[in-house]
Amino acid sequence: MTRHLWFIPVLALGLLATSCADSRSHAQAVYLLVDTSGTYSQELDKAQRVVSYLLGTLKAGDSLAVARVKSRSFSEKDIVAKMTLGKDPMQANNQKREFADKVGTFKADLKKGSAYTDITGGIIQASEFLNETGAGQKTILIFSDMQEELDYKTVRDFPINLQGIRIIALNVTKLTTDNVDPRRYMGRLEWWEKRARNAGATDWKVVNDLEHLERIFKGRG
Amino acid sequence: MDSLHTLLIWPENPLLSLLVVIFAAIPILYGARQAMHSLLQALFRGISNPLRLLSHWLFKTADTLQERNKIVLLSRGREEVSHGIAKEFERVTNLVQRDLHGYPALQRKLTDEITRIEEEFQKCGEVPPPPPEWTKAVAAIAKIKPSSDGLVERILDDISTSIDEIYEKVVAEYRESYKKRHDILKGFMPFWRSVDQTLKRVDKNLTGMQESAAKIDEQVEKYKQIHAKSDQVEHSLASSSTILFVISLLAITIAAGGAFVNFWLIERPMAAMVGGSEYIVGDIQASYLAAMVIIFFETLMGLFLMESLGYTHLFPLNGINNRMRRWLVWISFGILLILAGVEVALAVMRDMIISADIALKQELAGGSAVKAAVASTWALDIPKAAQMILGFTLPFALAFVAIPLEYLIHSGRTVFGVLLVLGIRGLGFATRFLSSMTRQIGKGMEHLYDAVIFLPLIIEHAVLNRGSRQTTSPGGSGKISSFSKHSAGEHVL
Repeated sequence: MTRHLWFIPVLALGLLATSCADSRSHAQAVYLLVDTSGTYSQELDKAQRVVSYLLGTLKAGDSLAVARVKSRSFSEKDIVAKMTLGKDPMQANNQKREFADKVGTFKADLKKGSAYTDITGGIIQASEFLNETGAGQKTILIFSDMQEELDYKTVRDFPINLQGIRIIALNVTKLTTDNVDPRRYMGRLEWWEKRARNAGATDWKVVNDLEHLERIFKGRG
Repeated sequence: MDSLHTLLIWPENPLLSLLVVIFAAIPILYGARQAMHSLLQALFRGISNPLRLLSHWLFKTADTLQERNKIVLLSRGREEVSHGIAKEFERVTNLVQRDLHGYPALQRKLTDEITRIEEEFQKCGEVPPPPPEWTKAVAAIAKIKPSSDGLVERILDDISTSIDEIYEKVVAEYRESYKKRHDILKGFMPFWRSVDQTLKRVDKNLTGMQESAAKIDEQVEKYKQIHAKSDQVEHSLASSSTILFVISLLAITIAAGGAFVNFWLIERPMAAMVGGSEYIVGDIQASYLAAMVIIFFETLMGLFLMESLGYTHLFPLNGINNRMRRWLVWISFGILLILAGVEVALAVMRDMIISADIALKQELAGGSAVKAAVASTWALDIPKAAQMILGFTLPFALAFVAIPLEYLIHSGRTVFGVLLVLGIRGLGFATRFLSSMTRQIGKGMEHLYDAVIFLPLIIEHAVLNRGSRQTTSPGGSGKISSFSKHSAGEHVL
C-alpha cells in the first residue's frame, strides 16, 4: 500500500509550485529625472553617481530609466536610457554596463542646459513608464532644484495622477533667491509635496545628502 | 444620576433618605435570609462543583496518561534492552566463532609445544656416565707408600701423567655436555615465548567474554526490573530519555546550522536558475524554495541511506530482503553523490556571480585598475575551493542527521508525555483551587448578607436564648432543648 504513496509529496510540491505562485509583483521600477536646465546641468556628475548606486542595488526583474528634464519633458525622446533586468545575473550585469555607458555618453554630450524646466511633464512621462512596467514598487527620483519654469505655451496646471508612486527629490539645491529668503525654498518644497500627495503619491521625501543614498530605498521589502 | 435622585424620598437630604430605605429594607432582607442563603449556595456551588469535577477528571486523565507513558517507556526500554542483549550475544558469538573456533588447533599446538619442552627438559636432566672401574685400582696404587724404589716412582709418575690426561679429557667431556644442555635450554626460548603469547591471547579472549557476560548480566537484570515494572527503572528510563532528547536536540540544532549555511551557499545561484524575481507565497522567493527543496531532498536521501544501512529504524523496512536493501543503499548514495556534485557546481557558479558583481561595482566606481591588480592573486581561489568543499561535504554531513532525529523522535514521546502529564496536573490543581475559592467566596457572601441584617439577627438570638432558658428552668421538664442553630438555619456571627 505504502509503495504507491510516493507520488503524494511530488504532487504536493507540484501543486505548491504551480497553484500558489504569488501574483503580486515584487519588482521595483525607478525613473530618474535629471534636470538639465541652466546652471543645474553642472550637477550631472552627482546624477551619474546616483545612477551607479541604483545599478548596484537593483535586482533581477527590476526596471530603471533615466530621463532628462528640459523645456518640455513630456516625451519618450527625453528618456536617455531604460532597461528591465533579466533573470540571468551575467546578462543583468551586461545590461547594467550598457546602461552606465549610455548615461556616461549622455553626460559627455550635454553641452548646454535648456532654457526652461518642465518638471511636471517629466513626472507625467515617468508615471506612464512606471505604470507600464507593472512593478510592485514604483519610484520617481527627481534630481533637480525643483524650480519649475515653463514657457508661456506649455500648459501644466492641471491635476495629475501619481497613484501608487512615491516621489523622492534629490539634491534640491538652494537658489540665490532662496538664500535671500529661505521661505521661498521651504515654500517650494511644500508646494511640490502638496502637489504630489494630492496626485495620490504614496510618499514624498527629500534627500540632499548623496553620501547616504541607501536612505532612498530604506525599508524596501 | 438624575434617575437615582428621583428614587430618594427626600432628594434634598440624601443621607436621611438612604437611612430610611435601609431601615425599611432590613426586615425584608431578614425575611428573605433563608432564600438568599439558598440562592447564594446554589449559585456558587453551580460554579465550584463543575470546577471540582473538571479537576477530578483532569487528575484522572493525568493518571491514565502517566500509566500509558509508563507502558510506552517500559516497552521502549524493553525493546532497547532486548536489542542490547541481542547485540552482546552477537558479539559473544562472533568472539567464539572467531577465536574459540581455532581452539582445538591452539590446544594441539600448546600440547605439542609442552611435550617438546618436556622432552628437551628431560634431555637436560641426563647425568654424565659414572667414572670407569679402573679408578678404584688407581686409588689402591695411590695408597702405596712412597719409597726410594725408582721403579715404583716411575710407575707412579706414569700413572700420574695418565691420570692428568684422563682428567683433562673427562673435564672436557663434562664441559661439552653442559654446553649441549645450555644449547638445549637456549633453544627453549622461542617455545616459551610462543606459549606465553598463546596463553595471553587465550586470556584476552576469555576476559572479553567475561566482560560481555557481565554486560549481558547487567542487561538481563535491567530487563527483569522492566518486567517487574519497578518505579526505579521507570525513573531511570525517563531520565535517560530526557538526556537523550536534549543531546539529540543539540545535534539537530547543529545540523540545522549546517543546513542554514548550505542554504545560503546555493540560494544565489539558484536565483539565477529559477529567477530571482519570482515569488511563491508572500515574500518567499522561488529561489529560496528551490534551495530548500534541494536541502530537504539531501536530508531525505540521508535518511534513506542511514535506514537502509541499518543505523536507524524510522521506517518499517523489515519486509525487504538484503538484496533490495543493498539496492536502496546504492540508489540513495548515488542520488546524494549527484546532489553533492550539483552543490559543487552551484558553489562555482556562486563564486562567478559574486566575482562579476564585484567587478561591475568596481567598474561603476571607476576602479578597474584595482581589479586588474588583484586578478592574478592565487589567494582569490581559496574561497572558491572552500565553497566547493563545503558544497560537497555538507550533503553527506546532513545525511547523519537521521541518527539524532531517530533518537529525538523516540525520546520526544517520553519527554512530551511527561510534560503533558505535568501540564494536566497543573491545570487540575488550578481548577481545584478555583473551585475551593469559589466555595469560600460563596460562604463569604452569606456572611456579608448576615452582616447587613445583623440587628434582627441579634434580636432573634436574644429571643431564642430567652426561650431556651425558659425551657431549661428548674420548674421545667429539665430536658435540654434539641433546637440546633444549624437546624434552624441560624448563622452564628
